[in-house]
Amino acid sequence: MAQSEINDDTKNTDEPRIGVFICECGVNIGGVIDCHAVADYAGTLPDVIRSSVNKYTCSDSGQSEIKQAIKDNNLNRVLVAACTPKTHEPIFRACVEEAGLNPYLFEFVNIREHCSWIHMQEKEAATEKACELVRMGVSRASKLEPLQSNEVPVTNTALVIGAGVAGMQSALDIADMGYKVYLVEKNPSIGGKMAQLDKTFPTNDCSICILGPKMVEVARNKNIELMTYSEVEEVDGYVGNFKVKVRHKARYVDVNTCTGCGLCVEKCPVEVPNTEFNEGIGTRKAIYVPFPQAVPLRAVIDKSVCIDCGACSRACSSNSIIMEQEDTFSELDIGVIVVTAGFDVYDPEPTHDFGYGLYDNVITGMELERLINASGPTMGKVVRPSDVKPPKKVGFIQCVGSRDKKRNRYCSSFCCMYALKDAQLIREKYPDSEVYIMYMDMRTPFRNYEEFYDRARDMGIRFIRGKPGKVTENEDNGLKVRVEDTLTNDIIDLDLDLLVLSVGAVSSESTERIRQILKVSRAADGFLMEAHPKLKPVDTTLDGIFIGGVSQGPKDIPYSVSQGSACAARATRYLAQGKAITEGITVEVNPDICVACGICVPMCPFQALSIEDGKLNIIKALCKGCGTCAVACPTGALQQNHFRNDQLLAQVKNVFTFEE
Amino acid sequence: MTENKQWEPKIVAFCCNWCSYGGADTAGMGRFQQPASLRIIRVMCSGRIDPLHVFNAFLEGADAVLVTGCHLGDCHYVNGNYKTQVRYDFMEDMVKELGLEPERLHLSWISASEGEKFANFVREVTEQVRKLGPSPLKPEGVN
Repeated sequence: MAQSEINDDTKNTDEPRIGVFICECGVNIGGVIDCHAVADYAGTLPDVIRSSVNKYTCSDSGQSEIKQAIKDNNLNRVLVAACTPKTHEPIFRACVEEAGLNPYLFEFVNIREHCSWIHMQEKEAATEKACELVRMGVSRASKLEPLQSNEVPVTNTALVIGAGVAGMQSALDIADMGYKVYLVEKNPSIGGKMAQLDKTFPTNDCSICILGPKMVEVARNKNIELMTYSEVEEVDGYVGNFKVKVRHKARYVDVNTCTGCGLCVEKCPVEVPNTEFNEGIGTRKAIYVPFPQAVPLRAVIDKSVCIDCGACSRACSSNSIIMEQEDTFSELDIGVIVVTAGFDVYDPEPTHDFGYGLYDNVITGMELERLINASGPTMGKVVRPSDVKPPKKVGFIQCVGSRDKKRNRYCSSFCCMYALKDAQLIREKYPDSEVYIMYMDMRTPFRNYEEFYDRARDMGIRFIRGKPGKVTENEDNGLKVRVEDTLTNDIIDLDLDLLVLSVGAVSSESTERIRQILKVSRAADGFLMEAHPKLKPVDTTLDGIFIGGVSQGPKDIPYSVSQGSACAARATRYLAQGKAITEGITVEVNPDICVACGICVPMCPFQALSIEDGKLNIIKALCKGCGTCAVACPTGALQQNHFRNDQLLAQVKNVFTFEE
Repeated sequence: MTENKQWEPKIVAFCCNWCSYGGADTAGMGRFQQPASLRIIRVMCSGRIDPLHVFNAFLEGADAVLVTGCHLGDCHYVNGNYKTQVRYDFMEDMVKELGLEPERLHLSWISASEGEKFANFVREVTEQVRKLGPSPLKPEGVN
């Protein structure tokens, strides 16, 4: 039969005609397994039309041979026995597709990672096992069926959750690429943790001086719709077609007319600790403007402490106080979602780490940031909480809440650097002060960080390699810290005026809340988990949802900004194409035997299944193809494409041979 | 062929695409040598592993069956492995009912980074099954 007579329509559905390609992978496979013996054996198996050995099947010539063989032998199935499908399946699927085969008619057998590399001294056993693995693969290949990927339209809007520096960067990038962005922030102002910081390492430039203009840029960008004091409540749908419900919390202030002048704040008689921005140091009023550079610069009333006296209302010249305001809701149609929901600072209070919460003069690094900040509660004066006097001797303890099997095992990565920065700032402000840093390891990678560490040493900051065993309080509220210098084996008793705990990052409650709404995976450390630690660092396993900033794991500002941009780039791919391809491997129902019992419905973590009008309805775009529902089906009506029972059972059966 | 060779167990392992299959790959990449007893069948999620598949493997001649997946909380499909856990409890009961030794069925959560754990698991189970001998359910003449 001439090649031109091949009927393409029958290519995929005729009796299986399988081509087998055994890869030697240089000596990786060929050095252990007798590949020619495997190919010969494969040639004896049912439905196998041809089999051969290649030096490198994935190479250009190897792929050309596959395409040629499909043509020459009218193959409708292809099996490659080589390395792992995790890396090479997409390559061979594309290869057979180019030759006109449906990509799902390709079968991969792993004889490298799962055979030659783990049986290096047992060549005979490895060859025999490879034959069996190929036999299993051939039996499965015979039963493969063509599948279609689904194409879904993508709404050209993005939702960014969390307006810290990572989220702001992400929103700006997406907006600058010409797409509408909804930027949702739970606090009354954007800015995140960076807005609270004093200086930033390793340049010691003022944090709000570089962040402030960016915050204004976000507010002014026409493509960004800023939703502050708002929270994402519900997310339904799938890539390109998310339905998002956002709650706008009542501010009791008209954001359109309030000018942020602060007259209301002056008149308000209620004072409470400023836990939101100043870590509980100093006070704020019941009506307050979050901080001088807040965006939007608008007042907000904390109703939980407001006494409804009306003083603010009388003071306001623009009649912006609306005491009867209620929460409102928005329903958004969203194409892609970026999660930059931030982190919490580790709280040493419940466990009283190093006397925190017991002794007045033990504070956290974040509290020090507020003390040392010129716009903070002490106008930049570092003072002891007990007597509001400047401390002469200050100590830092590193890795509080981090690198500790009883707390969190991970390194929070930025604490060494912020301690170095704050230690330098204290030495600059108070040249007579003594500053000690007690550490396990100083970790200062990345550009100019090691130099920054050198500078701290040059400035006379003293480093003690050891974690203190005991902190006690003196009569004058000073602190006695006992620490072993593990470099000299000396036990040192330090008398300090102020002890700063370099606390790390923990995944925040709001990140966890969003995680549960979006069903993004969580890593063992509690932070959001990326799709691949190296090659997909800001993707999630859910199409169209991306993660960045510290919600993905502890990192410093430059890294957070980079991830914000990375999320924007990854997310806008969908917006630019206007469509998304969803997985061809989904579940399929046979309506003739489905009894609509609904047992499968709660099995699906993606809400792809529902019973409607007495019938099972599958939303293919939501189905991720795990197949969990198929196991639950009592009638066998539900089957997972590509992993149907007959395909898996053929593999099981062909593990074994029968001998008379 | 079988008579002049020492009997070696045949173990069927169901691995999920994202974690335990990756763990087996990592074992290979690390060259962690293992007995040639294992035959891996890949599924997308351990939640796809059906008691039907497991008991078919025993009926066809498996000397042991391994059910493997992502660590609890790490499932690529949110919580498929919790369902696997529930089904596994049922499979364990079935193994007892069938009169099989409990050492012939194992569950292990292995991440894609845990190559050494995967290799150790294969070694340990193979050793246990070597001591037990061929499965009593193995049909005669099956290798």
